[in-house]
Amino acid sequence: MKTFVAPFVALFAGLVLGIGLLLSGMANPAKVIAFLDLAGPWDPSLALVMGGAIAVAFPAFTWAKSRTVAWSGDRLQLPTARQIDAPLVLGSLTFGVGWGLAGYCPGPALVSLGMASQPAIVFVVAMGVGMAAHALLTRPKA
Amino acid sequence: MNIAWDAFTPWTSLAGGALIGLAAALLILGSGRIAGISGIVGGLFRPASGDTGWRIAFVVGLLAAPLVWGLFAALPAVQSDAGTATLVIAGLLVGVGTRYGAGCTSGHGVCGLARLSPRSLVATLAFMGAGFVTVYIVRHLAGA
Repeated sequence: MKTFVAPFVALFAGLVLGIGLLLSGMANPAKVIAFLDLAGPWDPSLALVMGGAIAVAFPAFTWAKSRTVAWSGDRLQLPTARQIDAPLVLGSLTFGVGWGLAGYCPGPALVSLGMASQPAIVFVVAMGVGMAAHALLTRPKA
Repeated sequence: MNIAWDAFTPWTSLAGGALIGLAAALLILGSGRIAGISGIVGGLFRPASGDTGWRIAFVVGLLAAPLVWGLFAALPAVQSDAGTATLVIAGLLVGVGTRYGAGCTSGHGVCGLARLSPRSLVATLAFMGAGFVTVYIVRHLAGA
C-alpha cells in the first residue's frame, strides 16, 4: 500500500515544515514562551503562524476530503476518530503543561535537534521516552 | 494586556506559518498522510511493516531544515532558558501527552483545525490553555 514516492514526498514536506518553523520563530523556545505569557510583555507572533498555516492548509484539506487516493497513488488517510474523550483532553492538557515549561513542541524540538542545540537533545530524548512509555502501556494484548 | 511590539514579527511568522500549511497540504495531497509530528514520530515506537520509511524520511527532512537553511542564510537564534530537570520533565510530559491526546500543535492545531475537526479544536484549546496557565504559574506565581 506504500508507494516508492511516499518517502520522498515525506522528506520534502518535512524539510518545508522545518524551514517554516525556523522562519516563523516557532523553533525558538523563548519566543514560544513569550507567546504563552499573556501577563508579561506579550508577543502575539505565533497566533499569525497558526493563522497562516491554517489559511494555506484549509483549501488543501477541503480538497482532500473529496479524494480517496493521494497523488503518489497511496490511500489518502484522513483521521476517522470523532470521540471527545478523557485521553484526548487529559493528554492534550499534559502536553500543554510540558509545552509551557520548556517552550518546545515536537516539531520545533526536532528542528533544534538538527541545530545540535544542547537543550533540544535533552528534551527530545525525554520526549522519546514518553512516547515509548505510551506505546508500551497501550500495546495490544497478545 | 501589554504587547511586546519590539518582539512582534508579523510577516516572518505569517510566511513561516504559510510554509507549515504548505507542508501539511503537500503531505496530505501528495502521499495521503497527516503532517502531525507527534503522530509521525510516535508511530515509530510501534513499527508496522511498510509504514516506517516515510516516517523516517519526514523526520530526516525536519532535522535537515537547519542545514539547508544554513547554506543560504544565518540561522535564527534559538534560546532556551530551561534547566536540565525542566527539560526532562517537559519532554516526558510532551511525549506522553501528545500520544494520549493523539496530536500536537501540527496535527491538531494546524491539520485538525484546517479540516474543521471538533476533536482537534477541543485538543487545541486544552493544550493552549494548559500552556498559558503553566507559563503564568512559572513566571508570575512561582517567581522564576
